[in-house]
Amino acid sequence: MLQYAEMGYWQPDYEPKPTDVLAAFRVTPQPGVPPEEAGAAVAGESSTATWTVVWTDRLTAYEHYQGKCYRIDPVPGNPEQYIAYIAYDLDLFEEGSIANLSSSIIGNVFGFKALKALRLEDMRIPPHYAKTFQGPAHGIVMEREYLNKYGRPLLGATVKPKLGLSARNYGRVVYEALRGGLDFTKDDENINSQPFMRWRDRFLHCMEAVRKAEAETGEVKGHYLNVTAATMEDMYERAGFAKEIGSIIVMIDLTVGYTAIQSMATWARRNGVLLHLHRAGHSTYTRQKAHGVSFRVIAKWMRLAGVDHIHAGTVVGKLEGDPASVRGYYETLRCDKADPDPRYGLYFEQDWVSTPGVMPVASGGIHAGQMHELLDLLGEDVILQFGGGTIGHPLGIAAGATANRVALEAMVKARNEGRDIAVEGPGILRAAAGRSRELDMALSTWGDVTFSYESTDTPDLVVTPS
Amino acid sequence: MRITQGTFSYLPDLTDEEIALQLGYALGNGWAVSVEFTGDPSPRNNYWDMWGLPMFDLPDPAGVLHEINECREAHPDCYIRVSAYDSRPGRQTTALSFLVNRPR
Repeated sequence: MLQYAEMGYWQPDYEPKPTDVLAAFRVTPQPGVPPEEAGAAVAGESSTATWTVVWTDRLTAYEHYQGKCYRIDPVPGNPEQYIAYIAYDLDLFEEGSIANLSSSIIGNVFGFKALKALRLEDMRIPPHYAKTFQGPAHGIVMEREYLNKYGRPLLGATVKPKLGLSARNYGRVVYEALRGGLDFTKDDENINSQPFMRWRDRFLHCMEAVRKAEAETGEVKGHYLNVTAATMEDMYERAGFAKEIGSIIVMIDLTVGYTAIQSMATWARRNGVLLHLHRAGHSTYTRQKAHGVSFRVIAKWMRLAGVDHIHAGTVVGKLEGDPASVRGYYETLRCDKADPDPRYGLYFEQDWVSTPGVMPVASGGIHAGQMHELLDLLGEDVILQFGGGTIGHPLGIAAGATANRVALEAMVKARNEGRDIAVEGPGILRAAAGRSRELDMALSTWGDVTFSYESTDTPDLVVTPS
Repeated sequence: MRITQGTFSYLPDLTDEEIALQLGYALGNGWAVSVEFTGDPSPRNNYWDMWGLPMFDLPDPAGVLHEINECREAHPDCYIRVSAYDSRPGRQTTALSFLVNRPR
């Protein structure tokens, strides 16, 4: 193998500049490859190096363009793995382009034979680079002002069954859920424009439902109309129609690609329409701890790219989400300034320099009986989405929505009154259920449902309870 | 029809003691509190009439409760809401807002 370390890609004395883009990689070298050499190889292959020396390097100030591995730490409890810290000069990247950033950092190196596995754990985006991106089309503060809803998490639900309903039946679910007390309903990731329901028909019926629910409650309501389509032209057409008929929000899937996401974020800001992102497909590369890209990196990229909402885990629901890691994702999405914190898998400080926050969405297998845990773990700036936990209510969809809203408001009220909801939560819910048949029924239906499986993606450092 | 704007509209209307506890939470966070009223609670009416200016640097909830009661007396047929405002950088927006009066 080429000696990457010798070629200048391993620089243990290098002090990262404030303008450098930093990356932390989890490296599993092949047997016999020293960790410094592996780290240097990652730095080289994700920047200027190729497999042999080329004389044309000498035509450039190549030291300036070399990625520099400046630190290697062994991973506690795993002798095979190392965390390699690499600094990249800002000049390596095009301003405001996630496609360029990701092609540079993860474009080539993940199949490199000298490594058994490689995972991008975290990145530090310097303010100089962060400021070249639009950032969220509206952000958490503006979204709340649009909606006129403050002081509590927002509530949503995904329409179920996700496939097969006609537009008219689909709109019925939207109407019932919104009039019952939810703030939002949602298309699922794979509801686009199929033979059983074409997009325009769905949009029209959903907006009738939204309008009717608004008139009945006096609240602003929304339905995430999924405009994901085969081409940008189709997506613009669908988003434009959504706006024309008064929708406050549209949605796209992560599968449309980073460039399409940035285009839609620009469109969303220009048109005053919120942009929801469903992270469809992310688990194919975020879930396994040894190889791929951590979701905290995707979260960071999507905040730069400019979405207003992104699914970021529930901790207690049916989908992967270790509590400490999820806390790290939420911090990445909402904070203006985050410090490095190994407990939450945050390897670097991150200064967002007033880039608005992205509203995290907690969705998948959650129900009203977990409201105290959800509020305690996830805080206030979050959208709690109860799909089955709304639509599956024995008294109907509106009752399911009401149950969730009653549980939520009772929990926020108790928390504000100074009560310890993590401990007193179940009692607070039971008391609220005494005045709400809908909540009472929800608790007796789902109160015992839990999903307790071990997480695959966890921080290396585990906090010892003191 | 029950208007369900505000943080606590799905609970029974708050008593004055319960309102005082929420005000205590808001003041404890350093938020300024304001009272507003309207006869038109349509979803997109943001600008209700202000019952005086927002109250900054209040030591305890009693002063706000006094204003709420004055406003209730003057406008019994209006919706009245209390809002708490967070002026920290990065927020500079309402932090909590709930109804304290519905038309009789």
